[in-house]
Amino acid sequence: MAVQTPAARKPVLAALPRLSKQLNLIGTVILLGLLAAILLINIKEDWQLVVSATLLGITYGAVYALVALGYTLVYGIIELINFAHGDVFMWGTMIAITFGVDWLGLNGSQSGIVTTLGVAATMIFCALFCLTLNVTIERFAYRPLRNAPKLAPLITAIGMSFVLQGLALWRFGPGSRTADNVFPDNNLFSIGIYGYPAKNLIVVAATIPLLIALVYLVQYTRQGKAMRATAQDTDAARMMGINIDRTIAFTFLLGGALAGAGGTLFVFWYTSTKFDLGFTLGLYAFTAAVLGGIGNLKGAALGSVCLGLIQAYNDSLNHMPGTNWTQSVIFTVLILVLVFRPQGLLGEEVPDRA
Amino acid sequence: MTQVMEGARRQWRHITLQWAKLPHWFRRIVLPLAFLAFLIFYPEMFASTTNAYVPSMATMVVMAVFATMALGLNVVVGYCGLLDLGYVAFYAAGAYVAGWFATLQFAPHSFHFGAVAVLPVLPGYHVNVWLLMLIAGLFALGIGVIIGLPTLRLRGDYLAIVTLGFGEIIPQAVNNGDSWFGHNITNGPNGLTPIDSLGFGNTLHGWFAFLPANYRVEVHVQNYYYWSGLAMLGVTLFCCIRLRDSRLGRAWVAIREDEIAAAAMGIPLMRVKTLSYAIGAFFGGVAGCFFAIYKSSTFPSDFSLNISIFVLCMVILGGMGNVWGVMLGGAVLAYLNYQGLGAVGNSLKLDVSTYSYAIFGAIIVIMMLLRPEGLIPESRRKAEFEEAMEPEPEVIPV
Repeated sequence: MAVQTPAARKPVLAALPRLSKQLNLIGTVILLGLLAAILLINIKEDWQLVVSATLLGITYGAVYALVALGYTLVYGIIELINFAHGDVFMWGTMIAITFGVDWLGLNGSQSGIVTTLGVAATMIFCALFCLTLNVTIERFAYRPLRNAPKLAPLITAIGMSFVLQGLALWRFGPGSRTADNVFPDNNLFSIGIYGYPAKNLIVVAATIPLLIALVYLVQYTRQGKAMRATAQDTDAARMMGINIDRTIAFTFLLGGALAGAGGTLFVFWYTSTKFDLGFTLGLYAFTAAVLGGIGNLKGAALGSVCLGLIQAYNDSLNHMPGTNWTQSVIFTVLILVLVFRPQGLLGEEVPDRA
Repeated sequence: MTQVMEGARRQWRHITLQWAKLPHWFRRIVLPLAFLAFLIFYPEMFASTTNAYVPSMATMVVMAVFATMALGLNVVVGYCGLLDLGYVAFYAAGAYVAGWFATLQFAPHSFHFGAVAVLPVLPGYHVNVWLLMLIAGLFALGIGVIIGLPTLRLRGDYLAIVTLGFGEIIPQAVNNGDSWFGHNITNGPNGLTPIDSLGFGNTLHGWFAFLPANYRVEVHVQNYYYWSGLAMLGVTLFCCIRLRDSRLGRAWVAIREDEIAAAAMGIPLMRVKTLSYAIGAFFGGVAGCFFAIYKSSTFPSDFSLNISIFVLCMVILGGMGNVWGVMLGGAVLAYLNYQGLGAVGNSLKLDVSTYSYAIFGAIIVIMMLLRPEGLIPESRRKAEFEEAMEPEPEVIPV
């Protein structure tokens, strides 16, 4: 006769004084209710603002997703917060300006086809550059510490982040580097007085195929299967004949390529970059990845969109703390989500991780 | 690369073996006492040196402050194994306690409590600076408990990211603190300055002439701050050692090694973890208060995430869990950051300010690759590393 154990209460969780499920639910309902109330008030006052903020938030989300996926890929496979990833992205933006603006001379005055080809070439070049960079970092900084306790590679990642920032500071100087509006900046349509620039649509439209390609790669190819196997159980995967080192290197390669392509998109959308861009952006992106459930690709995308929406609403809606508090709002949301739902929005409950 | 690393390791092993051969009384009593004497008389010996590599008194004060902070963080990261990326929050809390209760910030109001080295007619809140360091510690401790209670149930990287979040929120809250619901609490980006100096007051100065009434009016102001910082470091070190060997300390190590087993042995996880967090915060607050008093100012821009990471690097480079290693790590990194790199750059005729990031990062990476367990590892942790870093057995083809 099957004995009904009190379900998923693992010993650890039983020992930890957790908020009970009801309290959890009440907290969630109150939070969502507050958010809904603020949104409703805003919709009543100025619905056009809300719509335009939503569109802006989705654009932010697309940008964050490009960075967040790199974090979540690496975390999913070796449980390392790759602090250097944001800086690899920053290098992507830098190289995009060097290649696209300085060498190819993209400045938005060319015809549509030339611009498209130029941007595509820049993306490919940056992707190649960043994947080389990322794989090199993995080979020389992380691989020797594969078997060391967890904190050692984390500190190495922080060190690599400093190195990358320092190199960018030395090579490109402390100021911002700017590009002209390569993407068309004119308003595609207007909602009341709030316009929607075409370049926002381009960023979103270019991000989606990248995400789909990534999900396809991880879910449906042989290499992707190897990645998932490694993420689940490294030793078992090795026994099945999977080359662990190569699989991990491939993960870094993917993350790097994505950072390069994303960096190109970002810099032509935002039109400026700086040596310390990767730090803040990386922090937000990692927050997004955690929000969605780290290690989960769709979660990272969802988390990014949520984060983008939060930022856009906070920055532009009424009755919100405003731009001075953007970081605080983002991190408060993160803390609340983690306290009430430690596994993230889409993550599975793994007692060892959360 | 591997050969170089192996060579370096062998060299180091040789040095440690030689060290172990020295007689016990020499290693345990004479050398430490000599070193302590060296530290105490350091200003007499090197105060007037012109060599750019020898730490100046200002650098020594900073080194003492960061060594104290590293010891505090070590309680959280080294003893209890909780990764804290927001330690700067406690540093900020301590600094702002100094900013509130030893400045003209709340100027129309006037409140003096045992204040030394301040004119009694000065407006604003002025509390005795020594007492203030204790209050700062307690305030940081309170914040540690508030942050810890909801978040310490999380584990590993989730905890890291939540603490990081708090470490970002607090500086921003301080930065926007010039209009919290219309009240100017923190004076925003302009910071709080000047902060009262340390000192012993005229009464004590009258009894013991060598105790200055007010540090800042003395000729060798840096020396007095240095000795005070050294005393703070000493007290922190004593507390850390006593904590480590206490019942609580053993509980922390048990949690660090295996949380499930520790819980099974009856250790109340939440209480013990929160205590570690709070005690770590306490030292961070004291160090922050001292540093703010020393600099006579506190600005929101002092509390970037970089400081948290900087202190964490000190703990890990020095050797997590080992108080001596952690202090060494703190002193070395603070020295490099505040003087060492600049001095090297000057002698090479380079402007290192543009390279310092890269050099600093490179030092961390190389150090981790060569000696991931830190400069002076804790013996227990060292054994773990040696076990973990053993090469995996070759796969024998069948």
